[in-house]
Amino acid sequence: MKRHLLEAADLDRDDATLVLDTAAQIEQALAGREVKKLPTLRGRTVVNLFYEDSTRTRISFELAAKRLSADVINFSAKGSSVSKGESLKDTALTLEAMGADGVVVRHSASGAPHRLANWVRGSVVNAGDGTHEHPTQALLDAYTIRHRLGRLEGVRVTIVGDVLHSRVARSNVRLLHTLGAEVTLVAPPTLLPVGVGAWPAEVGYDLDAVLPKSDVVMMLRVQAERMNASFFPSAREYSRRYGLDARRMGALPDDAIVMHPGPMNRGMEIAAEVADSVRSTIVEQVANGVSTRMAVLYLLLGGAPQ
Amino acid sequence: MTNYLIKGAKPLGGDAVDILIEDGRIAAIGDSLSATGAEVVEAAGLIALPGLVDLHTHLREPGREDAETVETGSRAAALGGFTAVHAMANTDPVADTAGVVEQVWRLGQEAGLVDVVPVGAVTVGLKGERLAELGAMADSAARVRVFSDDGHCVSDPALMRRALEYVKAFDGVVAQHAEEPRLTVGAQMHEGDRSAKLGLTGWPAAAEEAIIARDVLLAEHVGARLHVCHVSTAGSVEILRWAKSRGVQVTAEVTPHHLLLTDACVEAREGVGGYDPVFKVNPPLRTDADIEALRAGLADGTIDAVGTDHAPHAVEDKESEWASARPGMLGLEQALSVVIETMVEPGRLDWAGVADRMSVRPAQIGRLAEHGRPIAPGEPANLVLVDPAVRSTVDPAALASRSRNSPYAGRDLPGRVVATFLHGAPTVLDGKAQK
Repeated sequence: MKRHLLEAADLDRDDATLVLDTAAQIEQALAGREVKKLPTLRGRTVVNLFYEDSTRTRISFELAAKRLSADVINFSAKGSSVSKGESLKDTALTLEAMGADGVVVRHSASGAPHRLANWVRGSVVNAGDGTHEHPTQALLDAYTIRHRLGRLEGVRVTIVGDVLHSRVARSNVRLLHTLGAEVTLVAPPTLLPVGVGAWPAEVGYDLDAVLPKSDVVMMLRVQAERMNASFFPSAREYSRRYGLDARRMGALPDDAIVMHPGPMNRGMEIAAEVADSVRSTIVEQVANGVSTRMAVLYLLLGGAPQ
Repeated sequence: MTNYLIKGAKPLGGDAVDILIEDGRIAAIGDSLSATGAEVVEAAGLIALPGLVDLHTHLREPGREDAETVETGSRAAALGGFTAVHAMANTDPVADTAGVVEQVWRLGQEAGLVDVVPVGAVTVGLKGERLAELGAMADSAARVRVFSDDGHCVSDPALMRRALEYVKAFDGVVAQHAEEPRLTVGAQMHEGDRSAKLGLTGWPAAAEEAIIARDVLLAEHVGARLHVCHVSTAGSVEILRWAKSRGVQVTAEVTPHHLLLTDACVEAREGVGGYDPVFKVNPPLRTDADIEALRAGLADGTIDAVGTDHAPHAVEDKESEWASARPGMLGLEQALSVVIETMVEPGRLDWAGVADRMSVRPAQIGRLAEHGRPIAPGEPANLVLVDPAVRSTVDPAALASRSRNSPYAGRDLPGRVVATFLHGAPTVLDGKAQK
């Protein structure tokens, strides 16, 4: 494995499989235990450096590090020196001086984790950078698919929604391709990047045409502000053309699953009855996020298995 | 004033001759000249060119003297072989009054390393709302002829039309930063495969081409001169070629970096981390196909000039995440080397062509009577002596600019400026600035 996890392309097929296998082992090791904690990263320090509000991702990483017995520091931009104008580099040097072994970073600027990796000796884990990538989300999604369907090779995954601004989509396209899945992107053309043709994925505009051929449907969050920038005419029209409701869910093959990285806009990209159906893996994804992130921290920070 | 006898230089790459400089002008050219009291400059094997002229330089003074001053930028220019540079108007305060342009002009005179020719803002404060006092700047001691809101596009078509018309009264030219602002909101890099992959907001080629197309039509309609700054796309070259074939009075420049570098620089490569803002520039680095079209356009004259868009930035404005870094890169000291690398060595431009694109035409566009002149007796002694054979690796720490944001760091480039003469006095000798 590389020293940092900055983007899904940092993982080749063996590395990615190792992360998923390790996550499964960790889950087994903790199953049924009263004390859900492993001593693996005792004495190591993990800093959660969050420049964007993201309670879900932060607590997932925090729990992952704590379950591995690491010391965890949460460094959020609000109310810290960052909000007083301290640069990313100065923050990095501060963390470096404190001896952080791992830095988990979430930033609104694409590429910020790559810059950070130039300035710290510890491992950098990208927890979401701008509209670029969110590799641990892709890992937990791959883990969830493999867990539910028993395989990744040849699995047909359809990713629906705001691909243009989605770091989840970018990481999933790359990682799922690495792991042998077949990815199709469905979105209004305004929400697909110019250049998407170079991605290892099929692209389509018609959700109904793709659903019967999908083993997995992954719905992306659509942010309300996109509406004001004329990416689509109205929430209602978006929902009608690209939302997953019960009728559309009925077009899926029998064992197909429905995923969403959260937070959801119920009634917009996904209907409540779909989100709460037996096909939905949304809650499972959250649980799998902790195991997968434990595996990443364990493999990157190099704790010896106990 | 000391006289100089340059021995054995090859004007425009021709036969070796001696060039005698007296009282700021070329006194004689011939074989085995001698002159008592003249200081001899050995120039065997060196190419002599008219002093280079830059239509597009950011000197940052007044306002950002921590990034560059007129003096440090002038020194960088002299070391790059330039004898005249046009200082862009986006200073603080903006060069939109006679007072500011005269201040910049005077600072240039005091530094004495290069003729600093101020560019006046087209609109007050570069805001694109109403015309600045263009005539007052033209009539000032700075004698402004080039007007530009560079950094911003004069995007209002009615205002652009008025500017083009108005400057005809004093033979001025509007130099447009062609960027349709509504198409480039939040734009970070060239829009294409790499922006999609890197998750950076795209800057579409069409945003440049749409403005150039509009402006050449306006220039034709009102019979005015238009100059297009930093042309960066193949489509722009096509539009310019079409406009010139119709007789539109349009000229254009290309930067050294757009001749050499592509958006691949933004991606991580072996040993180089990705998202390094030293490669962030506006307009952005484009594709191999664009580079090819720009080189072809410069070779056939569709693009008239090389303009450096030398844009110094303080370390803290570049050593950050990509989105918050300022756009721009250094260019004065490596411009000639990049042109040798991309145009001369591949055989696309000879030395006469280099002189034309880097001195003669930019001087004509800027209406500079004393620059871009032939190397001939009686002409002003604005000259540069270049050793085309030497290659060296660019070290940003060794540059004369106050800033270090060179995109060529670590790159091996050909050509060395050995000497530069400004009005007969050496500003550079043996590769070293003389003050």
